[in-house]
Amino acid sequence: MNPILTITKRELGGFFNSPVAYVFLVIFLLMTGAFTFFIGQFFDRAQANLQPFFMWHPWLYLFLVPAVGMRLWSEERRLGTLELLLTMPISPWQSITGKFIASWGFLILALSLTFPIWWTVNDLGSPDNGAIFTGYIGSALMAGGYLAITSMTSALTRNQVISFILSVVICLSLVLCGWPPVTDPLAAYFPNWIVEGVAAFSVMPHFDRLQQGVIDSRDLIYFISLIGFPLFATSVIIRSLRS
Amino acid sequence: MIKVENLSKTFGPKVAVNDVSFTVERGEILGFLGPNGAGKSTTMRMITGYIPPTAGVVKVGGNDVTEKPIEAKRLMGYLPESAPLYTDMTVEGFLGFCAEVRGIKGADKAKAIDRAIDMCFLKAVRHQSVDTLSKGFRHRTGFAQAIIHDPDILVMDEPTDGLDPNQKHEVRSLIRRMGQSKAIIFSTHILEEVEAACTRAIIIDQGKIVANGTPEELKAKSELANSYVASINGTEASAVRDGLGTVIQSAKVTIVTDKAPIVVARVFPKKAGADGELGQAIFDVAAQNNWKVNEIKKEEGRLDDVFRNITLSDNQVQ
Repeated sequence: MNPILTITKRELGGFFNSPVAYVFLVIFLLMTGAFTFFIGQFFDRAQANLQPFFMWHPWLYLFLVPAVGMRLWSEERRLGTLELLLTMPISPWQSITGKFIASWGFLILALSLTFPIWWTVNDLGSPDNGAIFTGYIGSALMAGGYLAITSMTSALTRNQVISFILSVVICLSLVLCGWPPVTDPLAAYFPNWIVEGVAAFSVMPHFDRLQQGVIDSRDLIYFISLIGFPLFATSVIIRSLRS
Repeated sequence: MIKVENLSKTFGPKVAVNDVSFTVERGEILGFLGPNGAGKSTTMRMITGYIPPTAGVVKVGGNDVTEKPIEAKRLMGYLPESAPLYTDMTVEGFLGFCAEVRGIKGADKAKAIDRAIDMCFLKAVRHQSVDTLSKGFRHRTGFAQAIIHDPDILVMDEPTDGLDPNQKHEVRSLIRRMGQSKAIIFSTHILEEVEAACTRAIIIDQGKIVANGTPEELKAKSELANSYVASINGTEASAVRDGLGTVIQSAKVTIVTDKAPIVVARVFPKKAGADGELGQAIFDVAAQNNWKVNEIKKEEGRLDDVFRNITLSDNQVQ
């Protein structure tokens, strides 16, 4: 079997052998439901789309994704199993990818368990299912981006709590950096290109376009780099741990 | 099989391993001795490719560990210090994972797990979760992980640490048995272990190799090696000392204990390596003086003396 798959299988086994996975799934589904129906006012809006469902995802993932990913590497460091893993005949890349795929797969599973909302909106009206599909893709990519950041912060420390807090802070800044209350004060002191550069890091516009059913290569490239760069940083951190 | 050439490792200003070279061939069991912090673990971590060396080369089965890490790692089994394990798995699941990562699948995997479980006496805990295991079982699970793919080369960092005397004995005989067909390096600071299991021993101190030889060769370096101890009943200590002083072959006589009526004296030979002559002469002196001899015994030398002498004198130089 491919070593990446072996790593993935072990990680998933680790999730489902403990109650953590089930607790997470229940909390995720309860929270998406609560936000969509009570705060997002899904019924009162009387619109056949999932905008009140997707609009909360950047905020929900802000806490839930670091909770899933915080143990990825910090636990290996705490237990000392990092030494075991890195002296096996596999490259660090295979371990990083295997672990990432396992956690991302788990997040995608959680996301796909929200299918009743899709079923509900189709029962009540006739929404644009293409836009809903791209919305789901965007949500999964965003979760992957947050997760890659958590993988990086988790390699930085053997303490899961520190890893959690660091990744929440980084992800929060990715959510907020395009928001006017953040960009306006910046615009007062810095030239326009810096402000625009900072704002370009924001996940929001990219996720918004995918929610509207627009698949733009720029958005895809953004999300792929959001996943790829922190994973690369993870490999650099792990290499530096060994010397 | 393992070739270490001029290996060095520095952590910032601290030199952990300083220009270490040695080789281990198939059929050899190399004991790695040294005080804590001497650089044993660091050397093993460089051999297994966990940390890159600052300078020097490690070749495992002809593969440079830095340049061809995957090929080199495939040949090795490694038991890191304190035997880290994934605590959220069962013993069987963990061994299965280690086998799969090493590319063993299907029926071969089941066979490899059975073999490792048999060899390491893990049958009783096969389906138990790793975090409920006692220290001895944990250690043996780590050991089983290292031999799951029947490697040609085994590197073990303190394999008997934390085991009870029976388990220590089991692990040592396991190492001895496997040593017939493999190249094995293990570190320890228990000296009997070296005598019990090794074909060769290296003493390392402050990152440098300070002695390299068979356990017998190392023991011969002891000051006490080839001296004789005579235990005599009912004679004054001074008389014993004077009497033994007349022995031509002796360089020095010391009284070890003087608890009337028994006096124990030690006679050192003039040159190292003298054979039975000295013993014969002591016997003759005793017979002439009509001493009641309880015991005359030749000392083979003690490894712990050698160890202490080598590693302490080094410290004093600094």
